[in-house]
Amino acid sequence: MTRTRIRVAGAAALAGATLLALSGCGKADMTKQGSPFQAAGGQRSVTLSVQTWVGAQANVAVAKYLLEHELKYHVDTVQVDEIPAWDALSQGRVDAILEDWGHPDQEQRYVKDKKTITAGGGNGVTGHIGWWVPKYWADKHPDVTDWKNLNKYADQLRTSESGSKGQLMDGSPSYVTNDKALVKNLKLDFEVVFAGSEAAQITQIQQFAKQKKPFLTYWYEPQWLFNQVPMVEVKLPKYTDACAEKGKEDPESIDCAYPTTPLQKFFNTEFAQGGSDAAAFLKNFHWTKEDQNEVSEMIASKGMSADEAGKAWVEKHPEVWKKWLPKK
Amino acid sequence: MTAATPTADTGAAPDQQGTLQSALQSRGLRKILILAVAAAVLVPLAHAKWSSGTWPSELTVDLNGPLGRTSDWIIDNRDSHPLFVYFLGHLSNAVVLSVRAVYQLLLLLGWTGVTAGVTLVAWRVAGVRIAATALVSFAVSGVLDMWLPTMQTLALMIVAVVASVVVGALLGLAGGLSERLFKILRPVLDTMQVLPAFAYLLPVVLVFGIGVPAALLATVVYAAPPMARLTALGLRGADPGVLEAVTSLGATGRQRLLTARLPLARKELLLGLNQTIMMALSMAVIASMIGAAGLGDRVYQALASVDVGAALAAAVPIVLLAIVMDRTTAAAGERMGADAAPSGPKLLRGWYAWAGVAVLTVLATVAGRLAGSTIWPSGWTVAIARPVNDFKEWMVDHLYSGVPVVGGTADWAAHFTSWVLDPLRDGLTALPWWGALLIVAALAWLIGTWRTALTATLALAAIGVLGVWKPSMNTLSQVLAALAVTLVLGFGIGILAAGSKRLEAILRPVLDVMQTMPQFVYLIPVVALFAVGRAPAAAAAVVYALPAVIRITTQGLRQVDPGAMESARSLGATRWQMLRQVQLPLARPALLLAVNQGVVLVLAVVIIGGLVGGGALGYDVVTGLAKGDLALGLVAGVAIVCLGLMLDRVTQPTQRRTTGKGA
Repeated sequence: MTRTRIRVAGAAALAGATLLALSGCGKADMTKQGSPFQAAGGQRSVTLSVQTWVGAQANVAVAKYLLEHELKYHVDTVQVDEIPAWDALSQGRVDAILEDWGHPDQEQRYVKDKKTITAGGGNGVTGHIGWWVPKYWADKHPDVTDWKNLNKYADQLRTSESGSKGQLMDGSPSYVTNDKALVKNLKLDFEVVFAGSEAAQITQIQQFAKQKKPFLTYWYEPQWLFNQVPMVEVKLPKYTDACAEKGKEDPESIDCAYPTTPLQKFFNTEFAQGGSDAAAFLKNFHWTKEDQNEVSEMIASKGMSADEAGKAWVEKHPEVWKKWLPKK
Repeated sequence: MTAATPTADTGAAPDQQGTLQSALQSRGLRKILILAVAAAVLVPLAHAKWSSGTWPSELTVDLNGPLGRTSDWIIDNRDSHPLFVYFLGHLSNAVVLSVRAVYQLLLLLGWTGVTAGVTLVAWRVAGVRIAATALVSFAVSGVLDMWLPTMQTLALMIVAVVASVVVGALLGLAGGLSERLFKILRPVLDTMQVLPAFAYLLPVVLVFGIGVPAALLATVVYAAPPMARLTALGLRGADPGVLEAVTSLGATGRQRLLTARLPLARKELLLGLNQTIMMALSMAVIASMIGAAGLGDRVYQALASVDVGAALAAAVPIVLLAIVMDRTTAAAGERMGADAAPSGPKLLRGWYAWAGVAVLTVLATVAGRLAGSTIWPSGWTVAIARPVNDFKEWMVDHLYSGVPVVGGTADWAAHFTSWVLDPLRDGLTALPWWGALLIVAALAWLIGTWRTALTATLALAAIGVLGVWKPSMNTLSQVLAALAVTLVLGFGIGILAAGSKRLEAILRPVLDVMQTMPQFVYLIPVVALFAVGRAPAAAAAVVYALPAVIRITTQGLRQVDPGAMESARSLGATRWQMLRQVQLPLARPALLLAVNQGVVLVLAVVIIGGLVGGGALGYDVVTGLAKGDLALGLVAGVAIVCLGLMLDRVTQPTQRRTTGKGA
């Protein structure tokens, strides 16, 4: 028994030593590890985080195309959920997030306390979260666009999933939502049904639209789906600072609409301060909702790859992106 | 597969079975009586102390605090603590270095070299047909414009499989040689296999950050258990006669291990390798959620823009890789098991053949380099995304609703939800917690020993203690409903396939695809067909679990003693009578194994269900990952393990067997 134990210990020590030898002994900085698939040979490279929604893909598609073709960088993209992306940004696994919808906890931790992440300013697009109904339905029942009348329509919005109540469809768990609290505090006869992912939610909305069925969904702007399925926003109680303050203390108590959010860029601090062309370029990156939607639409409904869509937009709008290039 | 039904020929004598059954009944009666007495004493007590239907809050433990603090500690110390700087950092570096080395090698070989090499190796190990499959598969991944991602996935897989095999074999060796270690190891392996991979993606990411090292380690955790299990099984199952003979010749412990036990176990070792490869590949897509790159990442990114066609284009190479690797290792296993004398000219045997493979690969590489392109030529690609999307649209349009007589899939889904899922869920959540414990105890005890009952009851109680009783009952209802559908379909199709060789041959590739197709790919089609909710979650579970149930059923029925069948036929039994009175009873162990596998596989899809509106535990795990909430995700993951453990004990009457294929 003791002999095996010694042998096991020996094996473990050997494995440890090999590991050390492999990585050149001493300290191994967890923040200095690139992807094994990165381009070799000293090529300058940037890693961008892509979130699951198409707007974020559009930002990255254009930035990637310009970085590769105008500034001669190699660009890696990583698709991860938002919170893990913040984590990756602080570790230097990712250099930039081009579209953040507001994560106060993460900002406090990484930007203010640890200073591993630097705020990069807005990307020019303003985001807005709200509740929406399809236009074909709102046209028939104009009063559905006020939350006070929603209970009247709960019957029409029933699905097998929401049971006896109306269905309010929410999307991915990573999205900022107070819908459960809203339904409770506004005394609505609705059940929040989580589609669980944006892909599922979009598929369901498209399916409803094809059937011209009524629906009520959590959704956000800017979004390409509006071009395919026109929707009208439902008015919720006005957003106020007092309500936001109250909500910060107790999220269960929120009873007003979502704020509009100027979407923010964030950079890894080392990357931002490194003085590279890529950092200067990404800091300058600033466009409009229309620009972004143009690219999103190409990706999501015209069946183009993100790279093709980025290229198409870049060729069409030199006046917008010329300003982003760092001054030589 | 044959190992899965070792008891198929016992209990064949009908009179013996009869007495056994009556004995079982009376013993069952006694167990029920004892439980009833215990319940009569305990339930009023419990009711008086915590008079509530759902799990009493006094009996829960809140893990939010400690788990939250753990995750904060990791984030704060990750860059400075010696544990990370001197150990985990090196581990992570080593992973990056080895994956990079393999990837560079694959790029160096170019598409000609890789294709030639894999084809030749497959031919050498497994024969011409599988070599042809390999050739076609690699060509297809090139044609689909997926060459680079395929190489990335392949590099990751090679390193992950090697690491899993090493870890698994070491664990298995320990378990195979020491009874005590084996006892400790078994529950650990059980947990590793049932714990949904999503639940440990988050801890792995916290420690290693997103990227390849995290993805690789998550893959190893998932893929090492079958290797460990089968290694231990092989070592323990070695013929005692042979071992005794070797010992009597004066061999030392180590000699006995190297010259007798390991060679005798090589069939199990190869099966373990085969299983490990399959599990590693099934992680390729899930690991893409934490930045693994490669094919999985393409599937995942395609999902974000709701593009089934693009997802399929990336999924097809995964399926093909899986099929090639599965067939090659399986064929190697069979050859080894058969101990057939090698055939063919001497030049094609032994090291000559391997040298030949190497030389030809190098030649192909050089030829490819001379021709100019090491990556698949861009002109030789076909875009399948659009036609696939068109086909999906067409299918959804025609099946969603308004199909005459049978109704559309949307109607089925709605009916399934309100007629099956809702009553089940409401029933389970309304069931008082002590009632649920009693039922589980009774079921498990009737089927097994008091130990089984205790484990099952404790597993269920743990769910209550963790404070996730309600979502767990919701998940349980979905699992039971999906399981019922899977079993009805699986047994039905399995019985048909057992009766017809041709049907089985047609089914085989279909089942292969169903088993290896990444679940993310059918996420959008199931939502399009069945609308967001618990119904598409159930549909996804059925698609995933069905192949294993069909296969085990078919195998089980096929292996029924031909003598028994013959005598039944000579007595003038009709086909239906034979099936009902001879085949099915005799194949009972296989059918039970099918049920058990069904449970495990359906549970594995609970998380995917969370992505299409299944809610409950699956949604919690996904939320935990998305929001970086270690407590939420991990607790929900553990609850899924407990459900799995409970269901396993309730459905697995005989001695636990090692899982067969598709586990």
